[in-house]
Amino acid sequence: MSALTSLPWGPMARMTGRRVLLAVPVLLAVTLGVFAIAAASPFDPVRAYAGTAGLTASQENLDQLRHNLGVDQPLLARWWHWLTGALTGDLGDSATLRAPVSQVIGERIGWSALLCALAFVIAIAVGTLLGVLAARRRGGLLDRAVTSVAYALEAAPPFWLGLLAVWLFALKLGVLPAGGLTDTGSEVATAGQIARHVVLPALVLAVSQLPWFVLYVRQGVGDALAEDPVRGARARGLRERTVLLQHALRSGLLPVLTLIGSRVPELITGALLVETVFSWPGIAAATVEAATSVDFPLLAALTVLATAAVLAGNLLSDLLYGLADPRVAFDG
Amino acid sequence: MTARSVRGVAAAAMAGALALAMAACSTPDGGRGGGAAGSKDSAVVGIAYEPETLSPLLGYGKDGNSKIFDGLLTHDAAMKLKPALAAALPTVSEDGKTYTFPLRKGVKFSDGKPFTADDVVFTYETILDEKTNNASKAELDAVEKVAKKDDHTVVFRLKYPYAPFAERTVLPIAPRHIAGGQDVNNGSFTTKPVGTGPYILTNWSKGEKLTFKANPNYWGGAPKVKNFTMAIIKDDDIRATRLRSGDLDGAILPPNLAATFASGQGKQTLTAKTFDYRNVTLPSANPVTGDKAVRQALDVAVDREAMVKGILNGAGKPAYGPVPTDSPWFAKGTERPHDLKKAEQILDAAGWRKGDDGVRVKDGQRASFTLWYLSGDKLRQEHALAFASDVKKAGIEAKVESGTWEAIEPNMKKDAVLAGGGSPADPDFDQYLLLHSSLAGDGFNNMSRYANKTVDEQLVEARRTDDPAARKAAYDTVQKQLVDDPAYTFLTHIDHLYVIGDRWKNLTTQVEPHDHGLASGPWWNVEDWQPAT
Repeated sequence: MSALTSLPWGPMARMTGRRVLLAVPVLLAVTLGVFAIAAASPFDPVRAYAGTAGLTASQENLDQLRHNLGVDQPLLARWWHWLTGALTGDLGDSATLRAPVSQVIGERIGWSALLCALAFVIAIAVGTLLGVLAARRRGGLLDRAVTSVAYALEAAPPFWLGLLAVWLFALKLGVLPAGGLTDTGSEVATAGQIARHVVLPALVLAVSQLPWFVLYVRQGVGDALAEDPVRGARARGLRERTVLLQHALRSGLLPVLTLIGSRVPELITGALLVETVFSWPGIAAATVEAATSVDFPLLAALTVLATAAVLAGNLLSDLLYGLADPRVAFDG
Repeated sequence: MTARSVRGVAAAAMAGALALAMAACSTPDGGRGGGAAGSKDSAVVGIAYEPETLSPLLGYGKDGNSKIFDGLLTHDAAMKLKPALAAALPTVSEDGKTYTFPLRKGVKFSDGKPFTADDVVFTYETILDEKTNNASKAELDAVEKVAKKDDHTVVFRLKYPYAPFAERTVLPIAPRHIAGGQDVNNGSFTTKPVGTGPYILTNWSKGEKLTFKANPNYWGGAPKVKNFTMAIIKDDDIRATRLRSGDLDGAILPPNLAATFASGQGKQTLTAKTFDYRNVTLPSANPVTGDKAVRQALDVAVDREAMVKGILNGAGKPAYGPVPTDSPWFAKGTERPHDLKKAEQILDAAGWRKGDDGVRVKDGQRASFTLWYLSGDKLRQEHALAFASDVKKAGIEAKVESGTWEAIEPNMKKDAVLAGGGSPADPDFDQYLLLHSSLAGDGFNNMSRYANKTVDEQLVEARRTDDPAARKAAYDTVQKQLVDDPAYTFLTHIDHLYVIGDRWKNLTTQVEPHDHGLASGPWWNVEDWQPAT
């Protein structure tokens, strides 16, 4: 309790406030950008909406659809319409999914959050563990093995890892399901089924994020081990365990805190690919669909969501950094 | 203090991660397939296309077999119309413009509310409303007015006599008391439909699967297959793998993969005959494809038999027009065998002379045009390449290019396109859209911009008269005209292959259209499936 009350709440709140204010112009620019890019893309929303029925539809029918979907209006008018709607809580309707945007996102965001959170936590935990182990004996066998595997994994695209995992675990070994949220023949989503289905995508996503944490922790802890406080601790005769975890890890973790914030965009793009490979019913599938069928309201809402996640990630890492290192003030 | 709190947070995070990881690893083994595939009263099938919506008001199930809904009429295995929500086939007035449907009594929607004439009127009026985003509403172009005569009688008034109209009334009827109260384009009815049909949707996990349970109060009798799942698996290889692993009971497969399932392993292969054609559009605005002699030459220069054998592994037929050769509507004697010599004679006679590079030239115009196909569609790619290599032998160059429809559309007026289509219910559906000059360049209809006065007259004649003999005569004339003045180069009709477990007996397939999603395959009538002992 004393730890909580003694936190610098005031400065932290002020920094959060400043960041929130700064987020407003960023979000406005990003949504306008999304509308502009979508409008300039070669994809036609009406074609995407009509699907195969569009191939036998009359031109009059297609023109009417264009009008009904509102895509015959100029870019700025569409953006303004969406923005004013969004401010009053109406995110509009997704043309491709034939449902309100809020419903589409609401149904999916939980699954994406589950996947991302699980992967992120695994990546941080395993990354820190391996990084510390590798840093303990730099140049040792474990270090060389962990480092080279980390570099190899860093170069491997997540969808490739995903396909490899499906091939190995689902097809060759047959121990885990290849995709989806539940078993094909099953009607209800039980916790056990979801747990079994989330293993592969979460592991693949975690593995794709892992190398960064391993390498950063290894570097940070390795450098810290050579610093004066650690040498002092050793000189005082403290146990190696205490030196490693209490002294070296603490100062070595500082760059990792920054990393947590800056990895969020990577995590989101990684999730996009992993969700596609594993047919995970999250936001990613909707994003791909929204992008290729130029579904303006859905695309804009999803972009706002992704931008907000990135901004929040940065804020979180700055706050943590300020807390961990008293030399850093909350003035960003 | 900060040190302690950070360490605390880190420790908590670690503990949380470990707990989650443990939970993920130590899950109870549910067993592969959840025990559904393989049991007596359930079926799991793999399909390639997912419907965009489940609302009939937006076009779902317009050609029947919608599982969740019923139309006024429905097709049997031989594609003959029979009554469904209607109590009998409609009575048609003398002038062919008034259709009267008596309705089945005592039918209830799956929520228990009765089905009445109001629902029929609501469904058709909503589809025809210009605010409804239904891309297929032109199919109901003939309808002028839908009226309720009494609770159990509905009367359609048409703008013009339209013989195939009854075929359109297989489209599913939506409940007014549910769909009428919400936004037709984005309301919850589009994803959580309620109908009168043999099955009730229990879940739709988009991009993954649709699950249904039998409607115990179905007016046609409760189905034997109690639980029915359609898994959406776009990739052919993955679908085959999941079928082999026992995850699926049945699936649609391309010929080469279907062949890997030898019969006798508890699996049977069903071949569905189709109207699903592939053709090459010959735009009349292009100086090469617009020349009648070139079109005639292309028609005999292509080796259709070789395409069926080489591209389709024999699962198909040569196509000479939209009507397949085994359809009763096909005009016998209009087959054009592969004849390279004849193609060269036609071109020579028309003044197309071979140049130095082997490509013919006439009045400074090289016999060369661009042929587009939809990128990623392997079947169309192979057809396009085979077409190009066949016509090259006759001295005509088709430069094959791929693109998305967005890239192809602006070029459709001048360039040839490897197109596909086909609706079996009535010969009018394909031929009018493909050939009538009033639809030249209208959307994706009549992409060749073909105009032939005799064909126009016969097409209109055939849709206005109810007399089968007169209709047959008119379509025969159209097909004979296409021999002399080809509008397209038709290449093949493609069979659809389905591999399915032999736990059910007497499975059938209908004659299938180009779009073969959840309404096609042996599961077109899953409600009637009987277990094989």
